[in-house]
Amino acid sequence: MRALDRKLLRDLWYLRGQALAIALVIGAGLAAVLMSISTLDSLQTTRAIYYRDYGFAHIFASLKRAPESLGERIAALPGVDRVATRVWAPVTIEIAGFTDPVSGLLVSAPRAGRADLNRLYLRAGRLLDPNRSDEVIIGDAFAEAHAFKPGDRLGVIVNGKRKQLNIVGIALSPEFIYQISPHAIFPDFARFGVLWMAHDALATAFDMDGAFNNVTLTLARGAREADVIERLDAVLERYGGLGAYGREDQLSHRFLSQEFTQLEQMGRTFSVIFLGVAVFLLNMVVTRLVSTQREEIATLKAFGYSNASIGLHYAKLVVAIVLLGIVAGVAAGIWLGQGLSHTYMEYYRFPYLHFQLRPSIVLGATLTTAVAALIGTVFAVRRAVRLPPAQAMRPEPPPLYRATLMERLGLQRWLSQPSRMILRHIERRPVKSALSVLGIGLAGGIVISGTFMTDAVDFMVEAEFRMAQREDIAVSFTEPTSYRALHELAALPGVTRVEPVRAVPVRLRHGQHIYRTAIQGLAPDADLHRTLDTHLQPVSFPPDGIVLTDYLGTRLDLKPGDLLTVEVLDGSQPVREVPVVGFVQQYIGTGGYMDLAALNRLLREDRAITGAFLAVDAHQRENVYARLKKMPRVAGVQVHENAIRNYYASIGDLLLTFMTFIAGLAGAITFGVVYNSARITLSERSRELASLRVLGFTRGEIAYILLGELALLTLAAIPLGFMVGRALSAHFIATIHQELFRVPLVLNPDTYALSAGIVLASAIISGLIVRRRLDRLDLIAVLKTKE
Amino acid sequence: MNPPDPTAAQADDPNVVFHVHGVTKVYPMGEVEVQALRGVDMDLYSGELVVLLGPSGSGKSTLLNILGGLDTPTAGHVLYRGRDLTRASERELTDYRRYHVGFVFQFYNLIPSLTARENVAVVTEIARQPMRPEEALELVGLGNRLDHFPAQLSGGEQQRVAIARAIAKNPEVLLCDEPTGALDSATGIVVLEAIERVNRELGTATAVITHNASIAQMADRVIYMGDGLITHVDTNATRKAPRELSW
Repeated sequence: MRALDRKLLRDLWYLRGQALAIALVIGAGLAAVLMSISTLDSLQTTRAIYYRDYGFAHIFASLKRAPESLGERIAALPGVDRVATRVWAPVTIEIAGFTDPVSGLLVSAPRAGRADLNRLYLRAGRLLDPNRSDEVIIGDAFAEAHAFKPGDRLGVIVNGKRKQLNIVGIALSPEFIYQISPHAIFPDFARFGVLWMAHDALATAFDMDGAFNNVTLTLARGAREADVIERLDAVLERYGGLGAYGREDQLSHRFLSQEFTQLEQMGRTFSVIFLGVAVFLLNMVVTRLVSTQREEIATLKAFGYSNASIGLHYAKLVVAIVLLGIVAGVAAGIWLGQGLSHTYMEYYRFPYLHFQLRPSIVLGATLTTAVAALIGTVFAVRRAVRLPPAQAMRPEPPPLYRATLMERLGLQRWLSQPSRMILRHIERRPVKSALSVLGIGLAGGIVISGTFMTDAVDFMVEAEFRMAQREDIAVSFTEPTSYRALHELAALPGVTRVEPVRAVPVRLRHGQHIYRTAIQGLAPDADLHRTLDTHLQPVSFPPDGIVLTDYLGTRLDLKPGDLLTVEVLDGSQPVREVPVVGFVQQYIGTGGYMDLAALNRLLREDRAITGAFLAVDAHQRENVYARLKKMPRVAGVQVHENAIRNYYASIGDLLLTFMTFIAGLAGAITFGVVYNSARITLSERSRELASLRVLGFTRGEIAYILLGELALLTLAAIPLGFMVGRALSAHFIATIHQELFRVPLVLNPDTYALSAGIVLASAIISGLIVRRRLDRLDLIAVLKTKE
Repeated sequence: MNPPDPTAAQADDPNVVFHVHGVTKVYPMGEVEVQALRGVDMDLYSGELVVLLGPSGSGKSTLLNILGGLDTPTAGHVLYRGRDLTRASERELTDYRRYHVGFVFQFYNLIPSLTARENVAVVTEIARQPMRPEEALELVGLGNRLDHFPAQLSGGEQQRVAIARAIAKNPEVLLCDEPTGALDSATGIVVLEAIERVNRELGTATAVITHNASIAQMADRVIYMGDGLITHVDTNATRKAPRELSW
């Protein structure tokens, strides 16, 4: 081995502390990138394979009732590949020992010998015996929420009749990856369940013998979805078709897609931020590291080493350090990516996981890192070799110090000599000081961008569930009902207030923009369930016209005064034009709002409601549940506190899991940066400080000079980190503006405190390590050598 | 542009290693300019041992650094074997240092992470016809300290490693900047013996900088410097062996 390479190895060993810290920064940056991208790729691949393997349909439609023979006509439509007709029925579920209202969807299982779309993946137990009418398979999420296992029993109320069913299996379905009640925004696994029953048994129980009320189909190769939907709607029209829709409007797929999009945007944004910050810090650290080698570089030059070979030597040193980071980063990225993917796999209840890490991503991220490091090296080496060796080996001319601003202001009386040294040193090298502050600030900023989401989520809950929706219970009826139902509800003991609501599924159309959602008609004096404007003040609806959530306004390209086409997907399916009168601020969900009377006028229906919001005396809550369960018209009951819990459990968990990983990596980067700043400052100044020790300064005094500077820079960096964090968070929000919810830029003091805390803790730990090294400064060596 | 050198003909003399004419050097030092050399003329001949003597700040080190291609003059010419170093490119200066010059610095400038043998090898690996590192270290009496790191060696031993490193490439000139400056006299003499032996046995033209007048007695010629100029030159009839010196 050449002597220079041997020097390289020993230098690496000598610099191991710093090398590890640099590797930590790179590793954490790379890991964040690879973790995000591999998780997303894995989830998308897994979903695609799951959909393919289990025959997830392309088009879905519900209808009132059609004879089985219609299935063949549908199959013959151009563009249709396979068709599965079935029966599904909303049910109320009774579970012993669980008082909350539970609703469910009973679906006829794929039949043998027919096109088997949306097949079940059996987790436990067995498939249904087609000849038994008392068997049921239940969804995995629902089973887990109630600890059901094959052999357990549950009661359902189908079509007003109570039926006792035996659970024979627990399954997953590509159609119900998310099991969301049609009346809720977020999944609630304990209070909504999907159940599968043998087709004939369910048809009999639901009065659907020889008929179906739901159809799913797959598209033939090359068929256009919109064309097939149109043809299907035409066929189903006389059978009470409720509007066919594709995957993008299928509840589970839509929810999942929105979450994936969100994950993708988060992943992409964080990849850019993390890699950008890591690369900047790496460049800075490498530049300073090489600068400290000025003398050795001059010596090598004096022996006749060319600039190129010296550059190569340092490039090797940097590459070795970077390589360490890259190996660690790739390993950690894969490990974290697998961990996160598995967390999500369990969360989404995929039957399996196809972990994906594209080599091109690894290569791209690795090259970016390596190139950034090498650019830093080249610049630093070029600066080091620019000086003639004689000059580089000589002690640098005494740097030009000036009286600092503070002294010009005459404040030096209050500053000790060491304090003046600190200030002068910072002021003399403003660029280096500024870069240190910037580096630490960036690190502090990414901590904020990785943790602010908790604040935003809390704020959204506060605004949506405490200020806008203040009901205790939301009741939905099986079908539009007269106002009389309100009196029944109001008469329940414990109910203190009742407000009506009319919800209508619609397709909104403006120009070429189409959006499937619901319009809610609310009472003009609504106090429990309100909508808020951008200043979080309640909005009152004008007697005519529609108010939309601000997101929908943008999505449909609407401004107040525009006419909006409303295609109702219910009842007689009228198509109407409604003027848009305004927009409301809403963080979660999308939709339209109208005055209840105006909505009924629009539908040409008389004072009909589809649900109600209740305020309930807390002591009577259980009692109210029990009474509601016995009311045949009540299809679903949403308990407000559960809605909040579900929100946290779905969106909250999704975001927060990701953010926890990100915040950990951000913390690692912060420590790496602060520690490196401290170590390099030490190596730049150890001679000067050792000389002061020789002159009689105590260890404490020289530590004060070095660590005081570090402390000042760190303190300056903290507010900068706040600003960087806010800017990164704003950028982050801008990139994930989304259908499911719009994240507000809300940063609580505790998030700032966490960022400051991580920076300070890193600084203190680094300071202690540096302090230990200061205590062991070799004074004799300083006396013997120059400077 | 420097005026043409009227004495350039001397540079063609095969015995002249260095021909220096009208060299000046000005350093910017912070806000002041330091005039380190004010017009130096001198020659260095093959095989001779020259001592440059003068107080601190007299310009000795600056002159030596310019001779070694470590620094460039502000004005004037330095001819090495007829080639003008002041007009050499960066690449040519690198080659010049690599193949022709050996340096010994006052503060050794050893690479702390390499052993004695490796410190010499750093140079021999890039030279044309070097001796083996062991051989060079043997020559300075360190054959038994090959695998010691600089921190495990005394000051005199470190300086002898530096000398071994300087001569291992078989340079034509050996330039020593205060080689004993950081050493006690007994150790200094051992170091000077090593230099003298290299000069005598290998015939390497050697220039030694010192502000210690006693050392001048081991030289063929003594060049006195003061305030950036050569004040006068003495020629010793006989060279004293280093062990006869004392200070």
